[in-house]
Amino acid sequence: MITVELVKLVRRPRSWVSVALLCGLPVTVAVFVAVTHLAPPPGQGPALLSAVLTNGSLYPAAALAIVLPLFLPVAVAVVAGDSIAGEAGSGMLRYLLARPVGRTRLLVAKLIALVVYTVTAVVAVAGTSYLTGRLLFGVQPVAVTSHGVTSSAIAANFAATSLSGTSLSPGEVLVRTLGAIAFIAVSMLGVGAIALFLSTLTDSSLGAALGALAALVTSQVLVTLNAAASVSPYLPTRYWLAWVDFFREPILWRNIERGFAVQAVYVVVLLGAAWANFATKDITS
Amino acid sequence: MIVTRALTKRYGRVLAVDRVDLDVREGDRYGFLGPNGSGKTTVVRMLLGLVYATSGEIEIMGRPVPSRVGEVLPRIGALVEGPSCYGHLSGRANLALIDAAGKAGPRRTRRRRIGEALDRVGLAGVDNRAVKKYSLGMRQRLGLAAALLRAPRLLVLDEPTNGLDPQGIREIRDLLAELNQGGTTVFLSSHQLSEVEQLCTRVGIVDRGRLVLQQDLDALRAPTGRVVVRTPDADRAAALLDGRVDERDGDRLVIAAADPAAVNADLVAAGLRVSEIGPERPSLEELMLSVTGSGSDRIDAGSGDGE
Repeated sequence: MITVELVKLVRRPRSWVSVALLCGLPVTVAVFVAVTHLAPPPGQGPALLSAVLTNGSLYPAAALAIVLPLFLPVAVAVVAGDSIAGEAGSGMLRYLLARPVGRTRLLVAKLIALVVYTVTAVVAVAGTSYLTGRLLFGVQPVAVTSHGVTSSAIAANFAATSLSGTSLSPGEVLVRTLGAIAFIAVSMLGVGAIALFLSTLTDSSLGAALGALAALVTSQVLVTLNAAASVSPYLPTRYWLAWVDFFREPILWRNIERGFAVQAVYVVVLLGAAWANFATKDITS
Repeated sequence: MIVTRALTKRYGRVLAVDRVDLDVREGDRYGFLGPNGSGKTTVVRMLLGLVYATSGEIEIMGRPVPSRVGEVLPRIGALVEGPSCYGHLSGRANLALIDAAGKAGPRRTRRRRIGEALDRVGLAGVDNRAVKKYSLGMRQRLGLAAALLRAPRLLVLDEPTNGLDPQGIREIRDLLAELNQGGTTVFLSSHQLSEVEQLCTRVGIVDRGRLVLQQDLDALRAPTGRVVVRTPDADRAAALLDGRVDERDGDRLVIAAADPAAVNADLVAAGLRVSEIGPERPSLEELMLSVTGSGSDRIDAGSGDGE
């Protein structure tokens, strides 16, 4: 069944179009930045983008920061929201279950296909933007400080050696980028879990995807709201940007760990709820 | 093959299926009839483990459903509420995916089995175009092909001839009869009387969730003990058979007599012309109308929510 789900994912034009769009956005941004040499000032715009003008090897991280707030969650929510509700909507759910495919098996296969899609999307964005970064910006050693790479890279541009900065070898940049990729993939899995749960509740894949996005928007609003400070550590988007801490020296593990923990709780609870609902549901679609 | 005991399904306040006791025997061609909204599809879904019964038991091939439905489903071919497919894929690709899903049939025979199934339903020459470009009839055939992929012992079909033209309906009827000869039990849910009448050996009629009748079709349609005569000399015939004429409608007489041949002999001996004569048999339509109410798709004024 897992193979079947992967085949369906691969043979679906939507999968490819969405990944291509995800990869296209950072390339577009890179072209503009490279042509105009107008990077946003440090601390504004997407994380790390201010630093890439001087150093293309940071571009994968910057690209992820570009797609993370909206594009990537939308793509993941659409695929996850479609997983069960899409089968129900097309009428295939009853035939799959009567085949028989066990309900738990089907859910697990959908989940695995979702993980594959998410990881592929994130890795594809990182990969294409690495090439883009190399081509358009060139590669230099990355200088990092405890304040992060944004300021230090600019500082490194003026002074060849930064007193507080440590140079990262390409290998270290790669390891830290992989860490960021893993963190983002797990965060997106949290989004996917919300959409997958909603997907078992409704027969409308659009409804499930929009529901998940509504949850994310709510969470984003509450995160920025001081009045909601008491709940903010538990919101799904609270630690989304914590992966930037991979590019500090030393790495600030606190928020990264919390981010992983929060997402793990969301994923476990929502998948449990999705399973409990789906396994006992009357299939009337 | 299929036995249900007091099968009941309640959706909130609505009782969709009410204490249904089905008995489908091995080798039957069972017609499951009922007006729209009478609970046919809900019963079919419960048989396949898609919908869970509120109470009652189901047994298929001797195994309890839904607790062990996974053991019987591989030997059931199903078509429920119209065919479904992945529109962007070809018919063959759809069948391959469906076959690979779940407890797959052997992989190396997949191509051959798909070819055979397509051949049986009359799609052998189908090309690689996407299913979304198929006509309704082609989709219906494809859905049947999917049900036949693993040579099922039991076919559960819900309105299998929807969207087919008369030629196609006949082909499918012949196919089902042929499969039945080969030992497959056919459970056909339909509201099309002619379909059931021409194919089935046994019928169950459901009305507003209750099984109101379940019997062999031959027994149902056994002669009523009356003879129907059409004659241009109706007045004289009525006079001759006086006392035995139950009904008269123009040139059509219904006579209380068991043997048409004897009635015929009497009429002819008296020099009367007979244009048609035969035993009276109840039609399935009359039977159905006598035991069921109107379907749930009719909502009369003042009936509130249609109950």
